[in-house]
Amino acid sequence: MINKIAESIGKALSRVKDGDTVLIGGFGTAGIPVELIDGLIEHGARELTVVNNNAGNGDAGLAALLKARRVRKIICSFPRQADSFVFDELYRAGKVELELVPQGNLAERLRAAGAGVGAFYTPTGFGTQLACNPDGNAKETRVISGKSYVLEFPIHGDVALIKAEAGDRWGNLTFRKAARNFGPVMATAAKWTVASVYEIVELGALDPEHIVTPGIFVSQVVKVERVATQAGGLKTRA
Amino acid sequence: MANYIKRSKQELAQRVAQDIFDGAYVNLGIGQPTLVANYLPHGLEVVLHSENGILGMGAPPAPGEEDYDLINAGKQPVTLLAGGAYFHHADSFSMMRGGHIDISILGAFQVSATGDLANWSTGEPGSIPAVGGAMDLAVGAKQTWVMMDLLTKQGESKVVSACTYPLTGVSCVKRIYSDLATLECTATGLKLIDKVQGLTNQELENMLGLPVQV
Repeated sequence: MINKIAESIGKALSRVKDGDTVLIGGFGTAGIPVELIDGLIEHGARELTVVNNNAGNGDAGLAALLKARRVRKIICSFPRQADSFVFDELYRAGKVELELVPQGNLAERLRAAGAGVGAFYTPTGFGTQLACNPDGNAKETRVISGKSYVLEFPIHGDVALIKAEAGDRWGNLTFRKAARNFGPVMATAAKWTVASVYEIVELGALDPEHIVTPGIFVSQVVKVERVATQAGGLKTRA
Repeated sequence: MANYIKRSKQELAQRVAQDIFDGAYVNLGIGQPTLVANYLPHGLEVVLHSENGILGMGAPPAPGEEDYDLINAGKQPVTLLAGGAYFHHADSFSMMRGGHIDISILGAFQVSATGDLANWSTGEPGSIPAVGGAMDLAVGAKQTWVMMDLLTKQGESKVVSACTYPLTGVSCVKRIYSDLATLECTATGLKLIDKVQGLTNQELENMLGLPVQV
């Protein structure tokens, strides 16, 4: 019998280790699995590499993880926001490493990891500073049919933490509106994917035509209490 | 005394909107480009794309109706039109990089005469770098348009022979819509599409410090 429903967030995260690469879904505050991040803080893993589109809002969620000094490196496209003060301070103090990746390359590097693709050529970033590796060396480039491309490598996660809407014991998931964002692609890219859901349903209750992430990409499903997504991103927290 | 009046931000948005065609899939960048949505000619069906996984993005919701699972690239609440769809990030950027978006409209710090774009970083020491979807938006769409003031507050041309700010993309901008003129970027330099009434070609070239083919 397959039962991916975890009794608690703590149990769902028990496999996380120091030094892991943790993929965290969300765009601004939409789709951020706040409860799972709180669970990660409680778990205590350190020296993490975190992959998210941003670098935390306010002082909750990813910002709280950063504040607890559990993150060695963050890979993201847009760290600087009106309320990213926790990241800003750590970055300026040299206490967190940043790998800046154009958003589409970030998504595609995750997709490549999940799809078993060794590397790929992308036009995004060609001729820019971001066509350099963090060590300053230029990334490989190639002209294909007259167009210039940069070689980019996959980002594999040890763990993915994603926020979904509903799930079943096989790990099938649906999402809500634009809170979907990185969730489905991150689910494919990690060895251990934990999804928070607001609703756990019986097998067969999710319309197979509407399942967004099939259970094969999901390791654990854990129910959390429904809380409306809060304003974030460019808005100042109330 | 100048014999011309600059386009206001609203007039500029209106000018850009005039060139958007029925059935176009369009991505409006953060900031000034979002104004274009207010001026799309009545009766056209234009589908707005948002990088965070929305096609068919609608106007901001009425106060009290905000749903923070439904936000735009600037993280502000929006709505979804009938016919709209949600999708994940890899699909969203396939739409861009794969040339499915007809028009991407972006702001800019500088654009070169041959269409190089600088809009993500001023390279200021100590600033925290952030790129978001800018580099994907610059190179992926069928056409990339820039919307900006022609001159900086100091009166320097933002259209240059070569960008001094860090590049977002190379030879990717097709058109520049500005408060003084609309220009096309080509491999052989700038071509004039239109300019505000009373501005002479000579004055325009002097401001830019670059030749403009008429």
